[in-house]
Amino acid sequence: MLTFSWALPLAGALLLLLIGNADGRRNGLVRWLALAVSLATFGVTLALWAGFNSASADFQFVERVPWIPAFGIDYYVGIDGISLLLVVLTGFLTPIALLSSWESVEKKVKEFSIFVLALEAAMIGVFVSLDLFLFYVFWDAMLIPMYFLIGIWGYDQRIYAAVKFMLYTMAGSVLMLVAILGLAYLHSEATGSYSFDLLKLYTLDIAPNTQRWFFLAFAIAFAIKVPLFPFHTWLPDAHVQAPTAGSIILAGVLLKMGTYGLVRFAFPLFPMAATEFAPWIALLAVIGIVYGALVAMVQPDMKKLVAYSSVSHLGFVVLGICAMNVQGVQGAVYQMLAHGISTGGLFLIVGMLSDRRHTRLIAEFGGLKNVMPRLTAAFLIITLASIGMPALNGFIGEFLTMLGAFLWDPRYVVAAGLGVILSAVYMLWMFQRVYLGSVTHEENETLSDLQPREWASVIPLCAAAIVMGVFPMIFLKPMEPAVQKLVAQVQSVQPLRVENEGQRAKVKSQRSSQTFEVTRVTSQVQGEP
Amino acid sequence: MFNTQLDAIVPMLCVTLAALASMGAEALRRPGEKTPIGWLGIIGLLFGGAAAVLLWDRNAEGFGVIAADNFGLFVTVILTIVGVLTIMFSSQVIERDGLPAGEYYSLLLFSIVGMIMMATATDLLVVFIALEILSLAVYVLTAIRRESMQGTEAAFKYFLLGAFSSAFFLYGIAFTYGVTGSTRLAAVGSFLSAQSMTNNPMILLALGLLLVGFAFKISAVPFHMWTPDAYEGAPAIVTGFMSTGVKAAAFAAFARVFLSAFEPFKDEWAPVVALIAIATMVLGTVVGVAQSNLKRMLAYSSIAHGGYLLVGLVAANQVGKAAILFYLLAYSVTNLAAFGVIALVGSRDKANDSLRDYAGLWHTRPALAALMTVCLLSLGGLPPTAGFIGKWYIFSAAVSAGYYSLAVIGMLTSVVSVFFYLRVVVMMYMADGKGEAVQVRVTGIGMAALAVSIAAIFYLGILPTKVLDLAANSISTIF
Repeated sequence: MLTFSWALPLAGALLLLLIGNADGRRNGLVRWLALAVSLATFGVTLALWAGFNSASADFQFVERVPWIPAFGIDYYVGIDGISLLLVVLTGFLTPIALLSSWESVEKKVKEFSIFVLALEAAMIGVFVSLDLFLFYVFWDAMLIPMYFLIGIWGYDQRIYAAVKFMLYTMAGSVLMLVAILGLAYLHSEATGSYSFDLLKLYTLDIAPNTQRWFFLAFAIAFAIKVPLFPFHTWLPDAHVQAPTAGSIILAGVLLKMGTYGLVRFAFPLFPMAATEFAPWIALLAVIGIVYGALVAMVQPDMKKLVAYSSVSHLGFVVLGICAMNVQGVQGAVYQMLAHGISTGGLFLIVGMLSDRRHTRLIAEFGGLKNVMPRLTAAFLIITLASIGMPALNGFIGEFLTMLGAFLWDPRYVVAAGLGVILSAVYMLWMFQRVYLGSVTHEENETLSDLQPREWASVIPLCAAAIVMGVFPMIFLKPMEPAVQKLVAQVQSVQPLRVENEGQRAKVKSQRSSQTFEVTRVTSQVQGEP
Repeated sequence: MFNTQLDAIVPMLCVTLAALASMGAEALRRPGEKTPIGWLGIIGLLFGGAAAVLLWDRNAEGFGVIAADNFGLFVTVILTIVGVLTIMFSSQVIERDGLPAGEYYSLLLFSIVGMIMMATATDLLVVFIALEILSLAVYVLTAIRRESMQGTEAAFKYFLLGAFSSAFFLYGIAFTYGVTGSTRLAAVGSFLSAQSMTNNPMILLALGLLLVGFAFKISAVPFHMWTPDAYEGAPAIVTGFMSTGVKAAAFAAFARVFLSAFEPFKDEWAPVVALIAIATMVLGTVVGVAQSNLKRMLAYSSIAHGGYLLVGLVAANQVGKAAILFYLLAYSVTNLAAFGVIALVGSRDKANDSLRDYAGLWHTRPALAALMTVCLLSLGGLPPTAGFIGKWYIFSAAVSAGYYSLAVIGMLTSVVSVFFYLRVVVMMYMADGKGEAVQVRVTGIGMAALAVSIAAIFYLGILPTKVLDLAANSISTIF
């Protein structure tokens, strides 16, 4: 079942490969087929949700087949509440991305659809993998379709952006690969056999210094992907140059792979090092929140503005993860989903404007409310969602992360709060300049409002933003057990600076008895949301 | 089979017979007549490969100097694959460029005989003879386009430096003999492990000289100077053959000599080889970035890949030894296919091997561009391709031997290498090719060779278990 969720889009991509469309005559067929495949995939992800047992913290729908037995590598997939929601998000955004490029992508439609579907397959693969080797394969394979999407169908500076994206991400991830190999080797030292099984590696007892190095290798790989300040410089380029579909997927799902990696791998694998580094990472996150917001404010280009707003919003996610309490992590995961919906929506609508006018400069617009009221309304909903207006999705995530961060260390919340205010400033200011007032440019007077196809892509996003804002428990409930388990797992280990082997062994035996205690405490604290 | 002494050399005999048959066929050919000489070679190679498969696990020995152990047979199979693919790619090139088919194929086959001998030799002198057989044939192949100035220059450089390094190698053998009284690897090894010789300057000198000889053949830094010129000057498919076959054979012998006979001196040579590996990886990738000629770029890339293989050699644990074998296979298939594309894209008058010539290849030959992309991604080590598994295997060997720094440097250089592989992809897919993209006609057999290579790249990348096990199994018997 779970295999189906990533194999289906891949099979769709291979099917498209067989369709001869050199002259573009079958573009229509290709588009519909790709959309059908992506919708079917969404259906599969929803079916996963329907069959998911929200009360359990365990991985579900687990499938396990030996792959490279000599190294203990398995094809091992499974989802818990955290990955479930991200898988659903991926399934949800891909059809929208395909719809968004229905008309704007005219050349090589077949190849475009193939790359989008292959990308979806790889992204879902990342979220469902429980074997580190398998995870890395999907993680790296994902770069290839994204690289082509930016490089072929992007805007003017596309080649530069595509290469920069690829190299930045690879540079981070190869170090992670070394750390993964190191982990497998440590496992063979401890037990006599290699293993890339995440759950087995969780239980590995790693010396503090090794933890630090390995944690850094993982954290840098994920920080680049998030992107955390100061590793964010590839993002504005990639976002601005990518075609709309690419931006939606990039902002909606790809960036979440970084934060997901922190939650799933970096923190629980190396809890001691993670707790030690968490204040520094949180500091970078807070810098990112404020810096991203400030830079977004002065952007003349709408797409760039939204791109920098992503840097800011993802800072909240990282902050919540660093807090490592139930509120913080739940908020972080919620914010991942919310950001996927709202930023995806922003890129979608900016893309619509850009398709109509072939410019994304704020100064070229103004007073669009008079010409295209429906599009304006949709944009307003998404904008408010993005700045964290209550009753919309952004609010829940930001509130929970800040609550979590407050319980951990209130100082971070002060700066983060500044980011919230700034986000209202830059988003509303952009809204005002683009949509309100009178029409300043003649060309804009004849712009058409939302088309039926565009309705089909905008409505689900707006609906999702509202549903997530009003009924957060639908989403919080399935992830709750998983988050509690994760937090207990990380918090059971205090930041130790014990280098002495004997002491370490002693502490370890104590730790196992503490675990139960901590679980109980955190579940009490958790009563609030 | 009937005679155990002969068993071990059956693969070589098959290829030798095919080489002789090619010469005969060329001699009997009437002027202007077209004879399918290439098929003779393919048949001989297939028989050789089949013989190698049949000899598996039998540890046949021939005359005390050839050992058809699983390690040697694994490399033999790689070499026959390289040979078959080279011939398949060559058929179109030979016809197009008017190369002398008989000479070309027989030289190719003779050099493969030398390579197989080198991979299975257990006597230093036989290694040397094998080295000379393959080198002489390859020198001539480099200059097979007689009218090409560049080819002649390349062959001349290659020959001079190659002869020089052969002399080093021979000198190393002489010193080894002087100290140990034997050129048989087993005898050398047992002599060295029996006596504490680590301070003996003679044996260290011998070690150094042998190292130089091997380093030259695998084009490791700082003995790589000939590589870019020779690779650029030779016809593309010959370059592909050199960069895979010669490297595979040389690495097999390198591993055999250093990991069996000179194993007791590992503490002496491992740091040196580690340094060479680092220099090779770094220089290969960094200089590769600056190239605008595709063949030259891939020449530097093949230098870098030699560096990765050296990492496996330094790690020298069970994983490392098996990783060398797997990597050789993955790299050979991938690199040969990449050069195959270059060869197919060329024309008689123009090699079409500068980056610019590939602009917009996607629009004119989408299949060729896609296949080239797969090769480049595999060379860059991205999943799900053979190159990824190969790199993963090599570096897990380094990590498990404690060489984290080698693994990190190797990984980072592989990112740099991805940059220049991507330049080709950018050209093919993203540059505006205003009719610059070459018009290519590819014959069925060339396409078949590419299809086979690509299938192999994905097979090794997605389902590597079987081959990994074979590689692990083939080293367990000897080292």
